[in-house]
Amino acid sequence: MIESVPLNQVLIVTTLMFFIGVYGFLTRKNLITMLISVELMLNAVNLNFVFFDRYLFPGKLEGHFFSLFIIAIAAAEAAVAIAIFINLYRNIRSINVEDVNEMKN
Amino acid sequence: MNLLILHIAVPSLTALAIMFVSSQRQVRTIAATGMSIQLIQSLVLLYQFLQERMSGNNAEVLFTQSFVWYPSLGINFDIGVDGIAVAMIMLTSIVIFTGVFASWEVNNLYKEFFISLIVLATGVYGFFVSLDLFVMFLFFELAVIPMYLLIGIWGSGPKEYAAMKLTLMLMGGSALLVVGILGVYFTANIETFNIIELSKQAFPIEMQRIFFPLLFIGFGVIGALFPFHTWSPDGHSSAPTAVSMLHAGVLMKLGGYGCLKVAIFLLPEAANEMSWIFLILTSISVLYGALATIVQTDLKYINAYSSVSHCGLVLFGLLMLNKTASNGAVLQMISHGLMTALFFALIGMLYSRTHTRIITQMGGLMKVLPFLSVCYVIGGLASLGLPGLSGFVAEMTIFVGAFQHNDIFHRVATIIAVSSIVVTAVYILRVVGMLLMGPVRSEEYNNFPKAKWFEKVATVSLIIGILVIGLAPLWLSTMIWDSLGPIVDKLVLK
Amino acid sequence: MGYQYTIWILILPIVAFVINGLGSGKLPGKISGWIATVAIGISAFLSYKTAFQFFGSGSHEKIIAVKTTWLRFNEGLQIDMGILLDPISIMMLVVITTVSLMVFVYSQGYMKGEKGYDRYFAFLSLFSFSMLGLVVATNLFQTYMFWELVGVSSYLLIGFYYDKPAAVAASKKAFIVTRFADLGFLIGILIISFYTGTFDFDILTRPEAMTLPVTATFLGLSTMTWALLLVFMGGAGKSAMFPLHIWLPDAMEGPTPVSALIHAATMVVAGVYLVARLFPTYSVLAPDALEVVAFIGAFTTLFAAVIACTQFDIKRILAFSTMSQIGYMMLALGVSGYGGEEGLGYTASLFHLFTHAFFKALLFLGAGSIIHAVHTNDIREMGGLRKYQPITHILFLIACLAIAGIPPFAGFFSKDEILAAAFATHPIYYIIGTLVAGLTAFYMFRLYFIVFWGKSTSYTHTPHESPVIMTLPMMILGIGSVVAGLIPFGSYISSDGVPLKGHIDWVVATISVVLALVGILIAFKFYKTESAKPEAISKSFGAFYRSALSKFYFDELYIAITKGVIFRFVSKPLAWFDRNVIDAFMNLIAAITNWVSSQIKEFQSGQLQKYAFIFISGVIIILLSFLYANQ
Repeated sequence: MIESVPLNQVLIVTTLMFFIGVYGFLTRKNLITMLISVELMLNAVNLNFVFFDRYLFPGKLEGHFFSLFIIAIAAAEAAVAIAIFINLYRNIRSINVEDVNEMKN
Repeated sequence: MNLLILHIAVPSLTALAIMFVSSQRQVRTIAATGMSIQLIQSLVLLYQFLQERMSGNNAEVLFTQSFVWYPSLGINFDIGVDGIAVAMIMLTSIVIFTGVFASWEVNNLYKEFFISLIVLATGVYGFFVSLDLFVMFLFFELAVIPMYLLIGIWGSGPKEYAAMKLTLMLMGGSALLVVGILGVYFTANIETFNIIELSKQAFPIEMQRIFFPLLFIGFGVIGALFPFHTWSPDGHSSAPTAVSMLHAGVLMKLGGYGCLKVAIFLLPEAANEMSWIFLILTSISVLYGALATIVQTDLKYINAYSSVSHCGLVLFGLLMLNKTASNGAVLQMISHGLMTALFFALIGMLYSRTHTRIITQMGGLMKVLPFLSVCYVIGGLASLGLPGLSGFVAEMTIFVGAFQHNDIFHRVATIIAVSSIVVTAVYILRVVGMLLMGPVRSEEYNNFPKAKWFEKVATVSLIIGILVIGLAPLWLSTMIWDSLGPIVDKLVLK
Repeated sequence: MGYQYTIWILILPIVAFVINGLGSGKLPGKISGWIATVAIGISAFLSYKTAFQFFGSGSHEKIIAVKTTWLRFNEGLQIDMGILLDPISIMMLVVITTVSLMVFVYSQGYMKGEKGYDRYFAFLSLFSFSMLGLVVATNLFQTYMFWELVGVSSYLLIGFYYDKPAAVAASKKAFIVTRFADLGFLIGILIISFYTGTFDFDILTRPEAMTLPVTATFLGLSTMTWALLLVFMGGAGKSAMFPLHIWLPDAMEGPTPVSALIHAATMVVAGVYLVARLFPTYSVLAPDALEVVAFIGAFTTLFAAVIACTQFDIKRILAFSTMSQIGYMMLALGVSGYGGEEGLGYTASLFHLFTHAFFKALLFLGAGSIIHAVHTNDIREMGGLRKYQPITHILFLIACLAIAGIPPFAGFFSKDEILAAAFATHPIYYIIGTLVAGLTAFYMFRLYFIVFWGKSTSYTHTPHESPVIMTLPMMILGIGSVVAGLIPFGSYISSDGVPLKGHIDWVVATISVVLALVGILIAFKFYKTESAKPEAISKSFGAFYRSALSKFYFDELYIAITKGVIFRFVSKPLAWFDRNVIDAFMNLIAAITNWVSSQIKEFQSGQLQKYAFIFISGVIIILLSFLYANQ
């Protein structure tokens, strides 16, 4: 099964995923959508870690660990980010990123 | 304990002590006490200095002490004073002492005001006692920064603009200074910032040509070198009384002092070579400042422009590069410091009564405020160089010194500078005539409170200073003369 | 016996100044007047003592009584403070202390009840001190210092009535004009000190010094000539010589006793004294400069005399007369040579200074007495005063006769010597001098007849004779005006110290006396009783009369130069230039910085996605460039 999917195809998928994330991050105005885009990028990176580990260093687990770390951090980050969004929403009644351009308030 | 360290410690402790009290009464009592102690120990310093000299101690600087601060770069906290520094410390002590009394009635944020004022003074003291270029620069900045707050918060008129302008221009000067100082440090390459050590180095002329103008202009900006003087009218007119006094009286002298003790002392060949450029600028500023004063109507502008003229004379004397003229320049620094502090103090006192500084809107003050008016006249007479007051001694020494050059260029420059004495007379008499004499301008003038005790303390101490120098200048002149030896002899050797 | 006590001549007046100055407004009653008077009285006594001791000793050598270094400029140049006693300085000491004492006593009556009584005596004492210091100076710089001090005391006293705008303007004018002249003086001192390496009169006027190798020249004249001309400029300013004379008439705004002391008897002759002090230097090193002195003197004497004939303000007439008489002194100095009979002009000049001090002070005090009585300065509002003020009348007459040069009054002798000296050198100067003698007699007696005879004006309140405290000093000066001329002046004061035999040149004397009598006669005809003749004559002169009446428009000219040119076309544009060019340039730099920052601050928009976009583009660019570089 492993041989049946070449690495470059996997990489195409992850790259696409990553840049879809980048695109989303740059174009979406809603902060939550942007957060989802960030998650998309993180997951693309996760996939890369897992696949590289599997293809280049079979028998080692560092790549998997990294992915696990990133998932954990992403969860924490999402929690913090959403907390910030909620506070933002309370203050300025909006989670549009263009309205958030001042350090004040 | 070393007296010079006390000179930095006492104001620092005073500022610190003010932090822990709250009422205005306590604040100004502490400030006045601290500055009185400072004045007394300056007198002691002067006495000890003269004593040492009399007992035959001919070292370049006395009371030296050195603390290692940043060994890898060779930055030491080196202190020591020569006659010029002692004279300047004396001046600073008198001016800050009177400055405290002149700001006796600051009601707004008085605590912060006095702290800033005294921190500023600390910077000035530090500047005069240090022998290490780096530390000197540090104290220089310490003296300049509080100025921003003092003008910006307690000033009047377009104070933010004035504070910004003044600070930025002085910072611009500082930027040149840093480059100059580092240039000197790296060219000498002896791992020290100590002026005395550095002065023993022979710097290549190419390097001097680059760094002399940097250092001279850098210090010149604060010494109101034409055309970098424009911060002075705005800054002074917006600053509160004591700040104007301290700034014009002492801070502007850092410029002249630095030009002499850093630029000319360390880079004599370039000074010799390039003095003519700056000589032209200063001759212009002497006459130009005086002529521009004639038409001013705001008292503070009048004093600011006349300061441009008088401080121009300081740099003019220094650039003559001989002992007599330099001696005169140092005397002029002291004389102008006392005189201009007196003027600003009086302007503040008059303003607190008339609520205007425009001379055309005032008149006849002599009748209603005789004490302050007489003080103003004395200041004016000192300013126009009346014998018996300090201005005369200083100006004549500069002129006689300047005239020792035999070439037409120096002669013409001297004659231009000398002719300022007429213009000075014109504007001083104009102010005295319009402000003090003539019929009393308005009925309500008769309700003006007479001079209060702290106002008297401030003006009288300054007038005593002016009189002492004016009547018996020989000791001071000799003290400065002896200290000028190492600086000016280097110029002559060439 | 030494002369150390002479220091007290200076110390006492300054002590009086300090006491009266500090105690101004606090001293009870008239004590300040007495302090000042007693101080100057003792000074006068000591001056006489010095004079007797000095001239009694038979030697006319210079004596340095006191000397101490005041300020050192460099190894060679230093300012000493000291007392130099020689015939002219002692003569001046006597004149100054005498006239001062008289004026101080007189002032106690004149200024009675005035506001600022203490201040008045403080300033007068300051003036006396400065003037005494000036004449005993041992070096040029000391002279300059006291020169400035007398200038400022004069300023303070002219502006004594400081709430009167005219007085303020006059004091300002006096100070600035003399200050301008002093600029020349100072530059002159600087040049002299550079070439001779000293300020000391002892060296400057010593015969050996006269061969100083000063070869430098400037515009065809030797630098020494220029220097001495500049010094003379200072003297001309103080002595109100043309064209620096404009301040003196206005200076009459001060209290009248001040005019008597400062603007008639002592300060205004300081210029003459200065030239006399440096006379050996002038005559040997710069004869050209002396020519200028003579010319200016001659011109001023005529110029002022003509104006004096047309004025109506009693004090201004006297002021112009003072200018005219000082012109005489300058003329005499200018035509004098050094040593022997040649030096007659020098002696004559100082002799005239001496006698003039008495009668001119008397004239002013007399004028003060009149003004005190009638409360006006305008002679057209006076008349017939001889009935009301008999003592003043007699004394004024004596002074008029003395100034007109009628024998045996003091002015006759000194004027005769001047004319003789002028006659010996230059006929033109002689003719001018004689002509002015006639004019002097005319305008003085014009004044005299109008004020004391003439029509009897109806006064609002009857004029009264002044109190004894005012008339007594006048009487003493009157005695001086009569007898001062009889002193054998030449045997005490001569250009080279060798006594000069005084004699009267009868031809010269007769001509001048006849002219003076003619002048008096014309005045008598015109003004003894009211007549239309003066009116008619002034009409016939037309434009000339009008311009003389307006003092030849010099005030207007100076105003035009100072206000019109310097104030409007130099200072105003400069101030504007400073604000709008230099400062604007600084502001421009700030503005540019501001502009640049406003341009680039768009990067810092706060838009998260913009940042991210730039960040990612940056990363991509870097990556691509690395890839490219690795290929």
